[in-house]
Amino acid sequence: MSTTTLAAPIRVNTAGVHARPGIGRLAAVELRKMVDTRAGFWLQVATVAITVLVVIIRLVVGDAADHTFASVLTVGVIPAAALLPVAGILLVTSEWSQRTGMITFALVPGRSRVLRAKLIASMVLALSMLVMSVGVIAAGVLVASPGVDGTWSDAATLIAQSAVYLTAGMLVGVAFGMVLLASAPAIVVLFSLPTLGSALASLSFFADVAPWLDIGRTLDPLHEEAMSTTQWAHAGTALALWMLLPLLIGIWRITRREVSV
Amino acid sequence: MIETEHITKQLAGRTIVSDVTFRCQPGTVTGFLGPNGAGKTTTLRMLVGLSEPDSGEARILGGRYRDLPNPGRRVGILLDASAQHAGRRGREALAVSAKTIGVPAQRVDTLLELVGLDETAARRRVGQYSLGMRQRLGFAHALLGDPEVLILDEPANGLDPEGMRWMRGLLRGFADRGGTVLLSSHLLAEVDAVADRMMIIGGGRIQAQGTRAELLTESGTVVEAADLAGLDAALRSAGLATHRIDGDRRLVEAEPDVVARAALAGGVVLRRLAPAEGAGLERLFFELTTTGARASSPQTDPIHPELAGATA
Repeated sequence: MSTTTLAAPIRVNTAGVHARPGIGRLAAVELRKMVDTRAGFWLQVATVAITVLVVIIRLVVGDAADHTFASVLTVGVIPAAALLPVAGILLVTSEWSQRTGMITFALVPGRSRVLRAKLIASMVLALSMLVMSVGVIAAGVLVASPGVDGTWSDAATLIAQSAVYLTAGMLVGVAFGMVLLASAPAIVVLFSLPTLGSALASLSFFADVAPWLDIGRTLDPLHEEAMSTTQWAHAGTALALWMLLPLLIGIWRITRREVSV
Repeated sequence: MIETEHITKQLAGRTIVSDVTFRCQPGTVTGFLGPNGAGKTTTLRMLVGLSEPDSGEARILGGRYRDLPNPGRRVGILLDASAQHAGRRGREALAVSAKTIGVPAQRVDTLLELVGLDETAARRRVGQYSLGMRQRLGFAHALLGDPEVLILDEPANGLDPEGMRWMRGLLRGFADRGGTVLLSSHLLAEVDAVADRMMIIGGGRIQAQGTRAELLTESGTVVEAADLAGLDAALRSAGLATHRIDGDRRLVEAEPDVVARAALAGGVVLRRLAPAEGAGLERLFFELTTTGARASSPQTDPIHPELAGATA
């Protein structure tokens, strides 16, 4: 064992010497926490690897006419869209399941600041994955179908919509994590929602409201086509229900109740 | 400086902590003693804002913990060494907190060395750590911000004898440099060797607190005999206050020669006769924290009835 001692006398801090950690620093820490664990690291590696694989397959099979940016993007952002919410869930639930909340909330007693940092970090990760996905897709399209007519049509619109698609999906994950505070239930509920949505939609009673509330059906057009105003309205209402509401419930709950981890 | 004033906490309808008042001064190590479930952890959680008292107030460095702008730089906390992400490497776990509270990354290496976690250990994931290694990582974590106050919950758990000695040296040095230390334990021996003051908690209430000397003003005698019934009878007829320590030993509130004379008068052969020293504290701890103890030993009358419930 080391015989090193911390020899300096205990200083008496005067107020203001140590400023509150800024929200930017907290967000950077939360971003780091998403990728520095074994699970977090491999989740990101898997997202990149599967994206590359999916794009290659899409370009190898099918007609050259299908190798437009828009058509490859439709499948190319799916890996990120599927795995980002899991990272979002774990970002919140690991504070409970791995009991690190005891440290996090002791170092930053303002719990709402921690949650804000997590939301910012989630959006940064989602946008990073967008850049990665679009990069892989564009590179694939450039190699496979250079100069085909209409290759890049709607590219800007679809990239912008994909940004919403990935970010919203990520935040839905964070929101579910906040409400359930347990990894497994949150992941199960998240992945069963679209199935549940289409099952309910087949019932005549729900047929009318399903287009407004079914999270899978309302968000899918974001990465498939340039959306109409009605489609945006559908997506907006579904997100209010599945993203905004659980986020508010989660924030309310975490900031008020005991940190029992 | 750590202070609480009449803090009380109920969880699920049960009173966990009741009217707890104490003060830990800079330059001292305070031992917070009590059996498991006595309310130690809940009290410490209330100190650092993870839990809110139902009534009363907890203050650290003159104010509420949650009002400290960057508490990690002023208060070092080790509440549960196992509360670390199993999939994160030891060094990374410290680096994340260092980044949060804004201390330079080099300090992580300084502390890893201080607590005796080498390069191999630092690179391993916390899930592979033994409990002793987690405690060391927990110590490094608590010291990361170069704090003025240390709050440690059962820090000796899982430490080997060498680690215990190292911990005592560390805490002694920290207090001698003007720091305030509060450490909890359910084992008297862990705290006895390092604490300047002790608080004994049982059933959510502070049963006694003071310096070791204050808690042990009596100079008793430990006595052992094969014929225990005879010994008890002899001591009783001599009018000496007697306490059970364990199966075949008695603590008597009298000087050894007085006890010897009582045994002689009763015709009891003694196997051992010695000044009490630590045994008194052990008994006090046992008696104050075990509700059934008094009832099961009718010959016992408490030495310090005035200590029970004393919170001044």
